[in-house]
Amino acid sequence: MSDKNKNEPILEKRSSRRTFIKNSGLTVGGVVIGGALGSLLSKEEKTTTTETHVHSEATASNANVALMYFTPEQLAVTVAAAERIFPADANGPGAKDLLVAYYIDHQLAGTWGLRSNEYTKGPFFPGEPTQGYQGRLNRQEIFNIGLKGLQDHSVSTYNKKFTELTEEEQDAVLTDFADDKVPLKGTTSKIFFGILRAGTIEGAYADPLYGGNNGMEGWKMKNFPGHQMTFLDIIDKEFTVIEPLALNSQHKH
Amino acid sequence: MATVLPKTDVVIIGVGWGGGIIASELTKQGKKVVGLERGKGRKLEDYFMMHDELRFGIRHGMMQNLSKETITFRNNEGMRALPMREYGSFLLGVGLGGSGTHWNGQNFRFLPYDFEMRSKTIEKYGEDKIPADMTIQDWGITYDEIEPYYDMWEKMAGISGEDNPLGGPRSNPYPTGPQKKTVAMELFTEATKNLGYHPYVQPSANLSENYTNPDGISRVACQYCGFCERFGCEYGAKADPLVTVLPVANETGNFEVRTNAEVRRILYDGTKATGVLYIDLETGEEFEQPADVVVSTGYVFTNVRLLLLSGIGRPYDPTTGKGVIGKNYAYQIRKGAATGYFDNKKFNNFAGSGGLGMIIDDFNGDNFDHSDLDFIHGGMIILGQTGLRPIANNSVPSGTPSWGAEFKDASIKYSNAYLSVKGEGASMAYRQHFIDLDPTYTDDFGDPLARITFDFEEQDRQLTKFMAEKCGAILKEMGADHVDISGDLGPYNVAEYQSTHNTGGVIMGADPETSAVNNYSQMWDVENLFVVGASSFPQNAGYNPTGTVGALSYRAAEGILKYLEKGGSLI
Repeated sequence: MSDKNKNEPILEKRSSRRTFIKNSGLTVGGVVIGGALGSLLSKEEKTTTTETHVHSEATASNANVALMYFTPEQLAVTVAAAERIFPADANGPGAKDLLVAYYIDHQLAGTWGLRSNEYTKGPFFPGEPTQGYQGRLNRQEIFNIGLKGLQDHSVSTYNKKFTELTEEEQDAVLTDFADDKVPLKGTTSKIFFGILRAGTIEGAYADPLYGGNNGMEGWKMKNFPGHQMTFLDIIDKEFTVIEPLALNSQHKH
Repeated sequence: MATVLPKTDVVIIGVGWGGGIIASELTKQGKKVVGLERGKGRKLEDYFMMHDELRFGIRHGMMQNLSKETITFRNNEGMRALPMREYGSFLLGVGLGGSGTHWNGQNFRFLPYDFEMRSKTIEKYGEDKIPADMTIQDWGITYDEIEPYYDMWEKMAGISGEDNPLGGPRSNPYPTGPQKKTVAMELFTEATKNLGYHPYVQPSANLSENYTNPDGISRVACQYCGFCERFGCEYGAKADPLVTVLPVANETGNFEVRTNAEVRRILYDGTKATGVLYIDLETGEEFEQPADVVVSTGYVFTNVRLLLLSGIGRPYDPTTGKGVIGKNYAYQIRKGAATGYFDNKKFNNFAGSGGLGMIIDDFNGDNFDHSDLDFIHGGMIILGQTGLRPIANNSVPSGTPSWGAEFKDASIKYSNAYLSVKGEGASMAYRQHFIDLDPTYTDDFGDPLARITFDFEEQDRQLTKFMAEKCGAILKEMGADHVDISGDLGPYNVAEYQSTHNTGGVIMGADPETSAVNNYSQMWDVENLFVVGASSFPQNAGYNPTGTVGALSYRAAEGILKYLEKGGSLI
């Protein structure tokens, strides 16, 4: 418990709304851009440009923080939803600071998003629960529908967009999705939520080369040492904390 | 039309463990062998970036691309079979080395009971012990007869292990000693001894020490990096065809591997197999490869499907129970398991090797009395330490939500503080479980997909409940603070990963009426066609299958050599 308390101030900072601006890459040299992009930012966030300048320096050096698939609105909804699935807490950063939404964006742009390695030939039938996914939509299409569904369900329930809801309200919306209570066109809210949850966990713990697990913070929280050449010295020993290494440590050889 | 190539002594379909072992044994004896592998070529250096859970563990980077070919599935004949569109229940290997590149290395000999399951069950419990629809058969080979081939396999692969106190007799000890014992394995040992059981270190194909095999192949010891199952071993410490049998075959100068070469038909003149028709996937060109002997060493579904597409053998008819191709499809019953959560103890769960673990066989085979039980057989119970990777392993105590703050906290808290004890339940054959060709869905070439009809039966439910309770009791004895028992089997779900231990469809036996191959894996109906692999298991045992596939491959190689000398049926 005492460890947790010690960590709290740092984490509070990590999970601040300011980092959203940093992570969404919406500042250029500390100046928040207006127009379509600016509308994604609340007034409160706009007042923190001095702070974000510091963050954006770091972000600017991370070429991975850019979009391959999402629209800015889709990114914002994904950032908010993933953070509720895997929130910042006393253990460490949440999905937002782990750059999970960028991870999901990048994955959607490739084979996973397009289901290129999956059997997509018809005919299509609903099937039994024991027969697995039988839809005709790929994950890009399911995300398009699901993310819009999160916004729409939020508006119809709270008269606000998903990104504008309180954490409790966001949890309630996501629970409705997980429980398959929200009708979606062409897919189900449960299928979409399942993919979003899987993508969030992956983004927290995949090798940082994929754009998530920022700074290996996901691995550090979990005491997973990542890519190590040997555990021969500790395999028969008591629990040992080992500083993680990512695959780029191997690639430099 | 297909280009006809010069005839070879032997053509092998699929270059994994079966194909690699047979190629190695035949080429050493001077036979000319062509191996056709539909996947790409691989070499050890390609395993440079293997420690990537997402690419290989989650996205199945070493597996067959399902967009080209998958299987269809239904629980019963009343249901419309639908394609397995994404990976779930099991994984289909592809590429040079086949599934032998990305297995865990858990290596077993089946029990003497397993090979004579039907007759020994009847002998001890009477005919009524076997339900009317349960179509289990003896293998047509006994443990004592297969023992020398297990020995050959173990020496080639350098299996690391110690004696199983409840296993069949061994002609030799394991070629290398057991792998290291972790803290969790020590806990399991103590607990199972307290309960009166007989623990032993799991036999592993991850080398416990540097080893040179009888072929002169040297490999280094395992480093316990935790990336075995679904991954290739960059050290070559895990036995893999790429670092064992294939270099031996290549060295002879008698072996030619063609990769990206997908066999579409076994050519058959009504009496004998004359060769195979394959397509070069890179150019689209078709080739005919004539051969004196054709050996099919594909995965279960490939072996069955090729025979059915080629019109070879008598297709199984579930209504009459007649015919053999596609008969007795079986699996592994793995849900009899328990998970224990420790509040004040942590383990190096991130480290391990695929074959690392402790086993008890007190509830496997007929090692315990079944007189008052509503099932036969059982399974091994294992505490494995394969290395828990963070995307796939987020176990939380029952009652914890599956997402959100509480989930995150619990999944992190227990990531190195939970242990699983699992039953590896044997899977019986039933009249209503089989493989045939799907009437609707096709592969990239327009050929029908293999269709699986399978479900869990009452036997499986009883066995699962029994095993789960035993697993839970062991974890309690190990001192777990919270134990979850997963004894509810439900229907078989193809979307949920369980095990890549699919068996049957081209089964082995002593009688040509009820089996497809004899105990040399030679087809009764076509004497120059050998079909090798877990497809020949009449039903599945309570262990991982690869050791037995290896042993059967050595015996098949011996049979093929005999056939090339003398011809005719080997039995």
